[in-house]
Amino acid sequence: MNIPADLKYTKDHEWVKIDGDVATIGITDFAQSELGDIVYVEVETVDETLDAEEVFGTVEAVKTVSDLYLPLSGEIIEFNENLEDEPEKVNTDPYGDGWMIKLKISDDTQVSDLLTADQYKDIIGG
Amino acid sequence: MKNTALTETHIELGAKMVPFAGYNMPVQYEGVNIEHETVRQSVGVFDVSHMGEFLIEGPNALALIQKTCSNDASKLTIGKAQYSCMPNDDGGIVDDLIIYRIKEETYLLVVNASNIEKDWNWLQSKNDVNAEMRDISEDYSLLAIQGPKAVEAMQSLSSHDLSDIKFYNFVVGDFAGIEHVIISATGYTGSGGFEIYCKNSEVKQIWDKVIEAGAKPIGLAARDTLRLEMGFCLYGNDINDTTSPIEAKLGWITKFTKEFTNSKALEEEKNRGSERKLIAFELDERGIPRQGYNIVNDEGETIGQVTSGTMSPSLGKGIGLGYVPTALSKVGTNINIQVRKKAIPATIVKLPFYKG
Repeated sequence: MNIPADLKYTKDHEWVKIDGDVATIGITDFAQSELGDIVYVEVETVDETLDAEEVFGTVEAVKTVSDLYLPLSGEIIEFNENLEDEPEKVNTDPYGDGWMIKLKISDDTQVSDLLTADQYKDIIGG
Repeated sequence: MKNTALTETHIELGAKMVPFAGYNMPVQYEGVNIEHETVRQSVGVFDVSHMGEFLIEGPNALALIQKTCSNDASKLTIGKAQYSCMPNDDGGIVDDLIIYRIKEETYLLVVNASNIEKDWNWLQSKNDVNAEMRDISEDYSLLAIQGPKAVEAMQSLSSHDLSDIKFYNFVVGDFAGIEHVIISATGYTGSGGFEIYCKNSEVKQIWDKVIEAGAKPIGLAARDTLRLEMGFCLYGNDINDTTSPIEAKLGWITKFTKEFTNSKALEEEKNRGSERKLIAFELDERGIPRQGYNIVNDEGETIGQVTSGTMSPSLGKGIGLGYVPTALSKVGTNINIQVRKKAIPATIVKLPFYKG
């Protein structure tokens, strides 16, 4: 299971890449493999400011619908619109072309609450 | 949880296993979309050994079937199969099933795994004609070999001319080195092919040879998207103890040429018209309908519920089945599917969704 060391993680199987005050967010390799073929990513919260752990969208696989939880508080500034036509990118490249949103972080003290790659690995039993 | 005779084989093949109807079953191997595509374009094999099999035998076998099943089994000659359902006394359906006439006085009933015990008890309660009944579900396996290349790819495994077996006909013969298996031109995918009934002890050899002959293993997730693209009802979703065969558009297997459970009331319903109908719909915009979602009108009022829904791999859009009042059930009618906070426009269409 691919768990890049330079990313942060959540127990909800999301990854976070911090770049200044902007976080890029997606779901982990483990999450995409558990969900199976992803057929739809819906994010309708762009320009909204939400708290950590609020639902910012949903990801649909053939058999399941899963909510996406915001790892950090902030304003959602961008949705990866390529996923509208190619949701399968989440399966094939979860940490690259399959990224989901960019977030303007409003409280950077929350960043330290995120999991490291090793901590996340322990959670999924990898 | 029960295993089929092939559970170990599925795990070795890397299948994702899930509990289904009390069995540990493969839901997918490579991925549902690629498996779906394989069955539409080539050939795949499903282990569906969880299905139930009852043998009904003796001089009164047909009498028991005729009084409990909606289709007219007197039309069955040896070597023919028939889709049917067992109505209950209250307007609903106990189960849908396939009936095979094996010999003059021997019929095989193939029922849904989740309903084996319910069906058995139901049939016993109706068996005042003393037909001999045997539940052979635990002893028999079932493989579905499905797809447009099934005949060509599997021909070398049998001395029977597979292209000679017409839809809903079967032969008892040799397959993959095993004698006396049922080779049936049936399936649940709409892409043609066969179903093979054999003993548990024989199924591993057959599975291996079928894979060797070019079939890819296919999981239950693709089975569901394939059947839904054809609009085939799934018991527990689209039909159940409270849906009548008439409103489920199973009138074509409900024959009032004889009496059967609740036939008088069903005939009245047919003549009078059902209050609601099972409809097929496609979403006009992006989104995926799911079982239990509300069907709403333009005013936002709920007019029905989705009973099955998915993203169609072949069509690339959201498709589903559901019940609405008969007055709103015409093909071409615009409805909406409530997907979370959004009412997504949809259109009632004719089945099948996938036209090949």
